[in-house]
Amino acid sequence: METTAMHIANGIVDGPVSAVFAVLAVAALAFCVRKARNDLDERLAPMAGLVAAFIFAVQMLNFQVLPGVSGHLLGGTLAVILVGPWVGALCVSTVLIVQCLLFADGGLTALGLNITNMALLGTAAGYLLVAGLLRVLPRNARGLAATAFIASVVSVVVASQGFVLEYALGGTTELSLPWVSGTLAGVHALIGIGEGLIAATTVATVARVRPDLVYALRRFRQPIVVGTKVNA
Amino acid sequence: MGAGHAVLHLDRVSPVHRLAPEVKIAAVLLFTIIVVVTPRTEFWAFGGYAVLLAVVAVVARVPALWLARRATIELPFVLLAVALPFAGQGERVDWLGLSLSVDGLHGAWNIFAKGTLGVLASLLLAATTTMRDLILGLDRLRCPTVFTQIATFMLRYLDVLADDARRMRIARLARGYDPRFLWQVKAFAVSVGALFLRAYERGERVYLAMVSRGYAGRLPHDEAARAPVGQWMAAAVLPIATGGIALAAALGS
Repeated sequence: METTAMHIANGIVDGPVSAVFAVLAVAALAFCVRKARNDLDERLAPMAGLVAAFIFAVQMLNFQVLPGVSGHLLGGTLAVILVGPWVGALCVSTVLIVQCLLFADGGLTALGLNITNMALLGTAAGYLLVAGLLRVLPRNARGLAATAFIASVVSVVVASQGFVLEYALGGTTELSLPWVSGTLAGVHALIGIGEGLIAATTVATVARVRPDLVYALRRFRQPIVVGTKVNA
Repeated sequence: MGAGHAVLHLDRVSPVHRLAPEVKIAAVLLFTIIVVVTPRTEFWAFGGYAVLLAVVAVVARVPALWLARRATIELPFVLLAVALPFAGQGERVDWLGLSLSVDGLHGAWNIFAKGTLGVLASLLLAATTTMRDLILGLDRLRCPTVFTQIATFMLRYLDVLADDARRMRIARLARGYDPRFLWQVKAFAVSVGALFLRAYERGERVYLAMVSRGYAGRLPHDEAARAPVGQWMAAAVLPIATGGIALAAALGS
């Protein structure tokens, strides 16, 4: 596996800022763990594992966007649609932790930064968009695919801007921030389109065959009324 | 465990392999933290850290070439580091007719040194610990069960995904499908949703079978099998030596 994926490494952002974001990430994840406990039933537990494995697999697909700059899919939006925001954030963080420990991808002290960007900012943006868009778009496979596409593009760009914020606060060298921000946004808009296509096809198939598995559609489900009176 | 699992694990017999996983995770974490907080101008301290890692690698019987090849994962960030002396701002120096930024040079060194040391430490951990043991270690370090549960299923499903992808590819080939690169991409895009569903349904059956056999969120393991104090002491040598070097560097300057 000679991938060139790399999350934020050790030493890119200085110690104090890394520590602040690590505390932030731990606090947010603790909140997610509490919220996720209600969600994690016999249907969602294997789904969460599969979503994590899927994200793990797609994060290995690297897009060589510009020479020397490659990016990969994040999968936050897919997770949000299939397992909800709380478990979704946990899925993405699990992937990041395992990649950091087992594949040396991303620095151990930068884990808080990486989790904040990809698992918290990315999924939060994705979730807000999904929740909003599903109010206006048709709640069928096609509408869900469109939602997944739009939310993916935006959430990936938002996650990339999280790095710009962290770099502005604790970057170890002076770089012109508008330049970094613009490059990252451009690169990640392209990545977002790739991610959007994958998320849209996956979600559309699942919604068509097993709509009961789509978390985002749960709220709109009509309860089946048993035993209504039939007037003859 | 399938082939995809053992990518970074080196099956050897060594004192480092025998250490309990939680002990190793704690040692690597402390080592990395000390490396990152070391001021970047303490050049010889970083040399000391590198020597410490080399000693660990020798004790763990991990070949240097193996480490070097896996460490190429860091390359994109090294490329960023190379750009820094040119793109950085502030005071500049002339070197071989090139105008370089001092701040950028220090920044490049900082990223290169800390990044490389961190990658090497993580690689040593991955080489000496299996995935299952790592999850067990995280569990013993009081990592919430939700995480270890998701991670356990994730590792399990990676195999399911890879196997189902292979089956679907063979099925396509058997129907006269011509797998050239661009066509491969198209087939992948079309079948990604189907792959997801097939893997889910296979995994769901496995999960329900586990639940009906008494699985309640944790794989069974020996509660009493905690790492003995001796192992903690042995693993503590690395962060203590690292701390010593950092302290000496801080006092010396």
